[in-house]
Amino acid sequence: MTFLEIFQYGFLLRALVAGSLIAGLCAVLGVFLVLRRLSLIGDGLAHVTFGSVAIALLLRFQSIYVSIAAIPCVLLSALGILKLAERARIYGDAAIGIVSSLGIATGIMLASMAGGFNIDLFSYLFGNILSISPFELGQTAVLFVVVCATVVLFYHDLLAITFDEELARTSGIGVDRINAVLVLLTALTVVLAMKVVGIMLISALLILPAVTSLQFARGFRTAILLAAAIGVTTVAAGIIVSFLGNLPTGATIIFLNFSLFLAAFALRHLRR
Amino acid sequence: MPVEVVAVNGVSLAYHGAEALRDVTFEVTAGDYVGVGGPNGSGKSTLIRCILGLARPDRGTVTLFGTGLSRFDAWQRVGYLPQGLQHFNPHFPATVAEVVALGLLAGRRFPRRVARSDAGAVERVLTLMGIGAIRDRLVGELSGGLRQRVLLARALVNEPELLVLDEPTTALDPETRESFYEIIRDLNRSRGTTVILVTHDSGSIGRYASRLLYLDKRVVFYGGFDSFCDSPEMSDFFGIHSQHLICHRH
Repeated sequence: MTFLEIFQYGFLLRALVAGSLIAGLCAVLGVFLVLRRLSLIGDGLAHVTFGSVAIALLLRFQSIYVSIAAIPCVLLSALGILKLAERARIYGDAAIGIVSSLGIATGIMLASMAGGFNIDLFSYLFGNILSISPFELGQTAVLFVVVCATVVLFYHDLLAITFDEELARTSGIGVDRINAVLVLLTALTVVLAMKVVGIMLISALLILPAVTSLQFARGFRTAILLAAAIGVTTVAAGIIVSFLGNLPTGATIIFLNFSLFLAAFALRHLRR
Repeated sequence: MPVEVVAVNGVSLAYHGAEALRDVTFEVTAGDYVGVGGPNGSGKSTLIRCILGLARPDRGTVTLFGTGLSRFDAWQRVGYLPQGLQHFNPHFPATVAEVVALGLLAGRRFPRRVARSDAGAVERVLTLMGIGAIRDRLVGELSGGLRQRVLLARALVNEPELLVLDEPTTALDPETRESFYEIIRDLNRSRGTTVILVTHDSGSIGRYASRLLYLDKRVVFYGGFDSFCDSPEMSDFFGIHSQHLICHRH
């Protein structure tokens, strides 16, 4: 099979388009999250997604609607993390840990009680972008537009609170509201990314393109654009390489991302 | 008639039962340069946080330009420079120009934007602060002194009528500190910018400020330097030597 022949497959084209959209979102949000030391919120929300998917399966949602069904629960959990950190006098990482473990526990408990859907549930752990349906592609495109438009609208607010929350407050920016926007966008993106790399590897898709970009970026806008380019390129390359080499797609994407990060890290230190 | 810029009325605040401010009342009028002094833990920074709406008093009110803080939204009239950024990330990828431009968001409505037409304001303040040459450098690459200069430029980019500085020179060497204070004094004199400066450095208060607010959870003294220097009560409170140090510098 030649390289061009692989584009004849509809499922592969769908995977490339959906994967690129999701990778771009993850990378853009990842820059804000990494710089705000909230990198692991993606991991926590992914674990919540595991529990939410279990609930959706228990309620016998069809597989193409499972992601949509998981969204409200993940959004609520994202706000829960913020409220816990705000009200319970605990740091954000502890709040993420609490909600994350609760999500996993819910998934395991429901899987154990319900029996029958273990195989379905565990397929979400590792993702399967090649099985993405036209309906799911449409759903991804809609959410992509929603998340992108929100990031563009709130770009300067997000930049301001990422630089320093206190200074942002003294500019009259509603920091709590913008924080909520950021975690809600992350929650939506995590649900989408579940299909690409699986629940286990979502945080890498948020973190790795961002930290690779930060090795070189000279300017915040550059950092965001570079991260998006890295995310899209590695996901597209990962899908093609995994298809040609019969490898697991999620893991291939993460290895490509990590290799690029290592190369960027080494290059930066060599240039010093 | 003097224009009231800041009015603090009967403000009290306690953190987890520990008193931080007790019944603090004072007013700052347009063009004042108020030096705020006091020992460690006297509530200086807490007072600044109350003025900027970063902390909510248990009792009392704060008004800015005649408007209660809960309704105040003209943040472009206020510039704030903290001692340093709380969680500064040295790898933050923003350039000096990007950080300075963030100051322009103050008081703007949703969706807040920094437009191309704002470039002139950024260039003007970069030139004023003498940092035009480093406009494309990353903030994380700068020394502490230069970074404070960038943050001051950010605070000044809207040409605010009130500038609030909370121990802005703590991490700076003496030479940089002096040039920093001179820039602020020039703003106060040439533009009439009202300044509230919190500092441990009583010499600097004496040299640059026109009024002194001395706090020890409550207001110990608030007024001009003449009445401070002539006050036997203050001689008793501070000791002759400290009072003389402040008055001599003034």
